[in-house]
Amino acid sequence: MSKADLHHGDDALIAAQRLAEWTSRAPELEEDVALANIALDLLGQARMFLSRAGDEDQLAYLRTDREFTNVQLVELPNGDFGHTILRLLFFSVYQQQLFASMRGDEIADKAAKEVAYHVDHARMWTLRLGDGTEESHGRMQRALDELWPFTHELFEGNDLRAGWLSVVEPILAEATLTRPEDGWAPTGGRSGVHTQHLSYLLAEMQVLHRAHPGARW
Amino acid sequence: MTRGEYEAVAAVPDPEIPTVTIEDLGILRDVEVEGSRVVVTITPTYSGCPAMDTIRTDIRRALPGRDVEVRTVLSPAWTTDWITDAGREKLAKARIAPPWRSDQRLSAPPGTLMLSISVRCPNCGSPDTTELSRFGSTACKSLWRCRACGDPFDHFKAI
Ligand SMILES: [Zn+2]
Repeated sequence: MSKADLHHGDDALIAAQRLAEWTSRAPELEEDVALANIALDLLGQARMFLSRAGDEDQLAYLRTDREFTNVQLVELPNGDFGHTILRLLFFSVYQQQLFASMRGDEIADKAAKEVAYHVDHARMWTLRLGDGTEESHGRMQRALDELWPFTHELFEGNDLRAGWLSVVEPILAEATLTRPEDGWAPTGGRSGVHTQHLSYLLAEMQVLHRAHPGARW
Repeated sequence: MTRGEYEAVAAVPDPEIPTVTIEDLGILRDVEVEGSRVVVTITPTYSGCPAMDTIRTDIRRALPGRDVEVRTVLSPAWTTDWITDAGREKLAKARIAPPWRSDQRLSAPPGTLMLSISVRCPNCGSPDTTELSRFGSTACKSLWRCRACGDPFDHFKAI
């Protein structure tokens, strides 16, 4: 089993599950549809990567939290809308850099086209909210301060951070947000060490399959 | 390839936009007859396109009594340039503005967005339109509104 496929699949799966929590709860109808569409793209990517790593259903539904290898960034609770948007920006730009570095890989080439739309969507909202009202700016800055430490884990075992910063930093600056200093860098996701939030997410995602193994619509 | 098998599969409608077929959209890549077996190759539009399972079932139904294998390929990745001229006409008739072709767009490096300069309203033909949301009723469409006639419409977005 390819560890890289498992990492990419787990990241996309957990990110998709979090985004899907916005369905019917987004601030406006268009945004509800947009977040659901992005979640669906990520779910599709997860299925492709996990199918290449092994049996997608077994991997998605029958592993415990200690067996999941996603970065902690994607499992954190959604927080407010600004928090969700900022995480989407960080994760989508990471995926864009990652898939560009994998050019020639059939899954990466397919996913790269969709991720360009995700990055653009997160960028537009980051600018609008960061450079918006006092309230929206304050919330975005708080989200940025909370999420920034968790971005370091994305770059364990790769050299994508310089490219990532070259995209993210100008967006934050244009959004009048202050990029935090590097400091605390939580780690462990790739080896199965997670925040307590992942267990609750998995409980909801896996309960049907565990209660009715092999059930079909 | 046998013409009869190909035509039967090519006529399968897209489950989400039934006015166009899987051939019109460029989802159907190949039909091969290997003895008694028919091998159909398709490619997904978007990674998470929920219509793919339905399309697989519909392909099998289009060839009753045959031993059908449906293969899914990812590479080369699907592009809206594969939508046929007939498909573009049918989309426009269904009031879905067809995507720009890559040679009509500003050139962009791989992985970046290719933006349309303007999309013509499929109702009245006016170029005075505005994008409401880049994500529409399905993964492949964005939502627009015409400033001339006031109608909202779907645009098949270029990818
Ligand atoms: Zn019009």
